[in-house]
Amino acid sequence: MDRMKKVPVREQEADIRNKNFEEVCYGYNEEEAVAEAARCLNCKKPLCVAGCPVSIDIPGFIQCVKNKEFEEAAKVIAKYSALPAVCGRVCPQETQCEQKCVLDIKGEAVAIGKLERFVGDWSRENNIDLSVTAEKNGKKVAIIGSGPAGLTCAGDLAKMGYDVTIFEALHETGGVLVYGIPEFRLPKDTVVKTEIDNIEKLGVKIETNVIIGKTVTIDELLEEEGFEAVFIGSGAGLPIFMGIPGENANGVFSSNEFLTRVNLMKAYKKEYSTPVKIGKKVAVIGGGNVAMDAVRTSLRLGSEAHIIYRRSEAELPARLEEVHHAKEEGVIFDLLTNPVEILIDENGWVNGMKCVKMELGEADASGRRRPQIIEGSEFVMDVDTVIMALGTSPNPLICSTTVGLDLNKYRCICADETGRTAKPRVYAGGDAVIGAATVILAMGAGKEAAKAIDEDIRNSVN
Amino acid sequence: MFKILKKELLTEDIYLMDIEAPRVAKSAKPGQFIIVKTDERGERIPLTICDYDADKGSVTIVFQKIGNSTLEMTNYEVGDSFKDFVGPLGQPSEFIYENIEELKNKRFLFIAGGVGTAPVYPQVKWLNQNGIKADVIIGTRSKSTLILEEEMKAVAGELYVATDDGSYGFKGLVTDVFKDLLDNKGKKYDHVVAIGPMIMMKFAALATKAYNIPTTVSLNPIMVDGTGMCGACRVTVGDEVKFACVDGPEFDGHLVNFDEAMRRSRMYKTEEGKAQLKTEEGDTHHHKGEGSCGGDH
Repeated sequence: MDRMKKVPVREQEADIRNKNFEEVCYGYNEEEAVAEAARCLNCKKPLCVAGCPVSIDIPGFIQCVKNKEFEEAAKVIAKYSALPAVCGRVCPQETQCEQKCVLDIKGEAVAIGKLERFVGDWSRENNIDLSVTAEKNGKKVAIIGSGPAGLTCAGDLAKMGYDVTIFEALHETGGVLVYGIPEFRLPKDTVVKTEIDNIEKLGVKIETNVIIGKTVTIDELLEEEGFEAVFIGSGAGLPIFMGIPGENANGVFSSNEFLTRVNLMKAYKKEYSTPVKIGKKVAVIGGGNVAMDAVRTSLRLGSEAHIIYRRSEAELPARLEEVHHAKEEGVIFDLLTNPVEILIDENGWVNGMKCVKMELGEADASGRRRPQIIEGSEFVMDVDTVIMALGTSPNPLICSTTVGLDLNKYRCICADETGRTAKPRVYAGGDAVIGAATVILAMGAGKEAAKAIDEDIRNSVN
Repeated sequence: MFKILKKELLTEDIYLMDIEAPRVAKSAKPGQFIIVKTDERGERIPLTICDYDADKGSVTIVFQKIGNSTLEMTNYEVGDSFKDFVGPLGQPSEFIYENIEELKNKRFLFIAGGVGTAPVYPQVKWLNQNGIKADVIIGTRSKSTLILEEEMKAVAGELYVATDDGSYGFKGLVTDVFKDLLDNKGKKYDHVVAIGPMIMMKFAALATKAYNIPTTVSLNPIMVDGTGMCGACRVTVGDEVKFACVDGPEFDGHLVNFDEAMRRSRMYKTEEGKAQLKTEEGDTHHHKGEGSCGGDH
């Protein structure tokens, strides 16, 4: 075995998986996991830990895996994270823990994500009980939103003995884990559901179908329902459109709508009632992970699927692994291309998209080369469905109904690194504060806020 | 789970249900709506709120059997529960924020079309509770499709009914009644609220525009989440794109692009037709119902 190379991970073949919704990556089996774990140098001063937003004791759990003490490994991770099977799958490890791994200097980093995923999956398959909590302290905390930030904050507080209730606007819990990230990257019924069940096993109560700001307000929770603190983890779920002509044509969707129909409402299964309309040739506008999810989903629904991105491949914000997977599956990348108008047929349906070719000019203040239009490069792409995956911003609903919260110019809630907002007893974290980011950063914010909430409640009691 | 407390058949295809939903009942205001999902596999359907009772913890919805999901809802009986029921959604009617004394000087006319009579009711009722008698025109196909007549009479000023076939009240369209009131009956109105099928709201808005009367309409586009996260319900109002679920559902009727809104609501017509056919006639159509589903494509 070459110590400098990762143990390869088994995957569904590209030409088969691009027609189904089953998970692409099979993950490691016990043997492969143990072999990969043996590559870890068990550094005295592990750099990988600093690269993890929730500071998991990475060498600690990897040594357990190496020694085949899988239950022990699960317990090590559980001290830091309640969602290992999720994070092991969707974290961009190449820019976090694995980027810091010393093996990465001369060879390939230890596959920390795949090992974490293995431990998460193993403990689910073996029904490992990780629900150790402190004695109940009778203090109530409300969590708004059941995405990664809220789930983590709730789990940590429950472990400290708090009486925690999560309020979720949708009919299912998990936030972007259930409505956004597709089944082929993150299986819902097994992986996501089990990790949420684990949080419920800690005694966390979940109320779905409650929209904070409409069904009940934050002030009512604090003043009338006896909650001592509220954590806002409502994410950044508002879609951005381009504002170009024709955008309201039939056949133009936000990636949020398209992915919600497919993932949350299971429109791809015929026994579910929600329809999804997809054409023969789909253009997904954008280059991030959501764009990759949307384009790979379109492919699986039987369309010819294109990524339209205004910069070049080097600037694609999506994870390398996802771009690679998309290409293998047959997604066509139209780079340095930008739509300027959506063309509409006599019935109001998309029947083409006017685009321009771009080139990269001088670097702007952020250091990125600014794309600019090539004069006279206009052309028409023959497409019948357009999906806008240009990013999202926080929903203003909560802030507009809560007096005393400050917002920044991006409409994100102002909170310090501990999660404390301008309003006493109200905390916030995740995408609601930093704008659309990653699952693990949201979890890190949920953790910090749980600490701050505990500290403040203890101080106010004494 | 959200229990059905009452089920009543108002006409041959319009149903009324009281649903146990204490949080929604406590916060509901006129002009708002809810989203209901029958079971695990159901879709999310937006329905306007017809009435609410915070003490009983119940919310009244009225729906017409028009597609697969509403058809399925009719199979639920008192004591059964819907899996999901979320709300209140959308902005309340603007007038509830106005100064009551100033409101009392305003002459309101409500124009209700078909099942749109249901969302008009809580608005007229609210005004009545605040000492304001609003006039109401209800337009419907025939006497047998008229709903909530007695309820409306109890809270409205004058109530006018128009039927397409003349089987009850005035024979003709709501806009005919409207013009007759202004031209021949000496009526004057400061504000019109029109709620009903998109086509009726379009023509009501055109009619009121001719008399220069500010007009509010309540749009009913396709929705998924109803909380502003997807934009399925986007509509053009004036020069702006709005999400009906969070910015509306009520908008200035003179600024709404109705043609675009109507075109967008037909987006899933064929799929709906197929689904309904499958439910009504069983899974016997192996050609997936294409060409025989009544869709418009």
